[in-house]
Amino acid sequence: MSRSRLLPYLLIGPATVFLLALFVAPLVQTIALAFTHDGAASLANFAKMVGDLNFGLSIRNTFLLVLTVIPLQLCLALAMAMMVQKLEKGRDLVLWILIIPLGASDLAAGLVWLSILQDRGYFNTVLNMLGLVDGPVNWLSYETPVSLFVGVVLAELWRATAIVLVILIAGLQLIPKEYAEAAEIFGADAWTRFRRITLPLLKPSIQSALILRTVLAFEVFAVVYALSGRNFPVLVGEAYAWQHGNQNNGVAAAYAILVMAISLAATVVYIKALATRPETQP
Amino acid sequence: MTGLKRLLAAAAVSGAALTGAMAQETIFLSTQLRPVEEATKVRQIILKGAPGPVTFVVEEPSPFQTRMDAETQAGKRTISMVGALHGELAPLVASKGLEPVDGLVAKATALGVPDAMMALGKLGTNSQMYIPWMQATYIMAARKEALQYLPAGADVNSLTYAQLKDWAKAIQDKTGKRALGFPAGPKGLLARFFQGYLYPSYTGGVVATFKSAEAEAMWGAFKDLWAHVNPNSASYDFMQEPLMAGEVMIAFDHVARLKDALVAAPNDYVTFPAPSAGKGRGFMPVVAGLGVAPNAPNKAGAMATIEHLLKPETQIAMARELGFFPVVKADLPADLPGGIKLLVEGVAKTQGAKDALVSLLPVGLGAKGGEFNKVYVDTFQAIVLRGAPIRATLDAQAATLQTIMNETKAPCWAPDKPGDGACKVN
Repeated sequence: MSRSRLLPYLLIGPATVFLLALFVAPLVQTIALAFTHDGAASLANFAKMVGDLNFGLSIRNTFLLVLTVIPLQLCLALAMAMMVQKLEKGRDLVLWILIIPLGASDLAAGLVWLSILQDRGYFNTVLNMLGLVDGPVNWLSYETPVSLFVGVVLAELWRATAIVLVILIAGLQLIPKEYAEAAEIFGADAWTRFRRITLPLLKPSIQSALILRTVLAFEVFAVVYALSGRNFPVLVGEAYAWQHGNQNNGVAAAYAILVMAISLAATVVYIKALATRPETQP
Repeated sequence: MTGLKRLLAAAAVSGAALTGAMAQETIFLSTQLRPVEEATKVRQIILKGAPGPVTFVVEEPSPFQTRMDAETQAGKRTISMVGALHGELAPLVASKGLEPVDGLVAKATALGVPDAMMALGKLGTNSQMYIPWMQATYIMAARKEALQYLPAGADVNSLTYAQLKDWAKAIQDKTGKRALGFPAGPKGLLARFFQGYLYPSYTGGVVATFKSAEAEAMWGAFKDLWAHVNPNSASYDFMQEPLMAGEVMIAFDHVARLKDALVAAPNDYVTFPAPSAGKGRGFMPVVAGLGVAPNAPNKAGAMATIEHLLKPETQIAMARELGFFPVVKADLPADLPGGIKLLVEGVAKTQGAKDALVSLLPVGLGAKGGEFNKVYVDTFQAIVLRGAPIRATLDAQAATLQTIMNETKAPCWAPDKPGDGACKVN
């Protein structure tokens, strides 16, 4: 009797220890670092963070990126998921190809796009062959903020849409076919079926995908770093710069706390906004 | 040393498990000479005559710091000696990662290490915290085909900043290329350009004159110059790469970061000092030092290795093989390889310039060195790249600079006038 009562605790034990040691402990340490200065409790690190030249810019850039990339990724992933669902042949192969970018690390993805978009990259080579430009064109410099931003968005779309896709496909497979068939009998066209049946039933998956993707998007760093260097400051990039370049881990920790607070707030918004009543699900 | 032994030593460094068994080994952790070819030369040539087995391990500056701190906090030392730049060794004083090496002072001085350099090695304490190891500086290099565009009457060996601008402008007018480059990338050493070259040349100071009228005029002039600078400069870390790729024709950088280009094609380049302005031709000697870790597993080996590295013949070998220059009295041989010779010439012309104005590395900033650099880079980013008003930016950044000075209580260093107490931004 007592063994079976203990068993659940034993089973979650290792995971709990793991989380405590590698997540909670560093989190507590980071909070302590952020709120101390010269050994005393203080908000000096946050004051320094807010007063920094790049602070406003990195907030603006990070939000701009998240607000552009996430809706695009959601639409793209939905379209791709519906397409894959409809495929009769070669479905696995298509899915496999679509999720290849998941295997590439952030930095590698950034470097791939760098090799495409830099002065002497593939993109300029193609433009040159087509006779559209007659020399290297700069797309990623501080003088071309728009094309730099577009470049970062493209790289992020390529790199991270697949994770949304995988979650949505898993969700789609849980929706019983009978609903769509019944709707079809009553004369609903494809768009109506998608809007009235698929989307509402997919809401829990969309919620998970959005939470996961948004939290990761607020942590965007390596892709931006590879493509823009210091030309497009983002929050985590600033944390990195304060930790390594400026060797001030207090301010770096303050940035980390800020990123965490923003991510938590975004998660709460999603949980409230996309709440589903259990009785509306099959 | 056999391959197996080296493997074991490496395991000892990373795992800290085999240290007891490897007591005879001196583990030498360095932030310098990291590229594989350079590290190999250190192991096979420079350390060959060392008195005992030395394992040369390299680490980037940030992990270097982390590792030293981790070993200090854990109370378990695997590293006996360290080699790093002055600015990388400075934070180790506060974090107790260095032990005084006063026992080597007499020997180093007798070999001819200059007193000013020995004083840097005290890192603001009363003891010798590191022994100078090797030195370098920053120079300019240009591809020879750029010389045809030099403005009339300009001598490449005694350029002014105004002439450098005219030169870059002439190249842009004739070829359509912005051919001047600076290492303004995230890992580039642009802060040193402002601290050791631009500010001293225009204002005769670095900290005290930070927001002076001369500084205001200087930033205006530099912004004009930047119109002819390759915009990719914001991502250049090492200027040897854009030079070799032909993206830029004229570049400023640390000698070690120009070396590959010069060594690959010594006949294609000229080297010359950085430009001058109203107050002279600023230049900054860079010093790397050798220190011993507290509770070093092999302190005697570390001390003996430092002595070996200071020998004039070792120092000459360092120059010949690696392009770093002796800190002791030693005459460089005439038969240096072409690229190294170009470096030596560039350095000699810089040091020997009639209007040379020496600017020391920041002294006494301890762990605030990174934030000190940030002031200069932020000022540059705001004024030059983002078009912020010069006066307002200087005033705002001067406040940050003064806070750093007050917190560290660092007195002014050359070319600012030395004085008591924290250096003041006037």
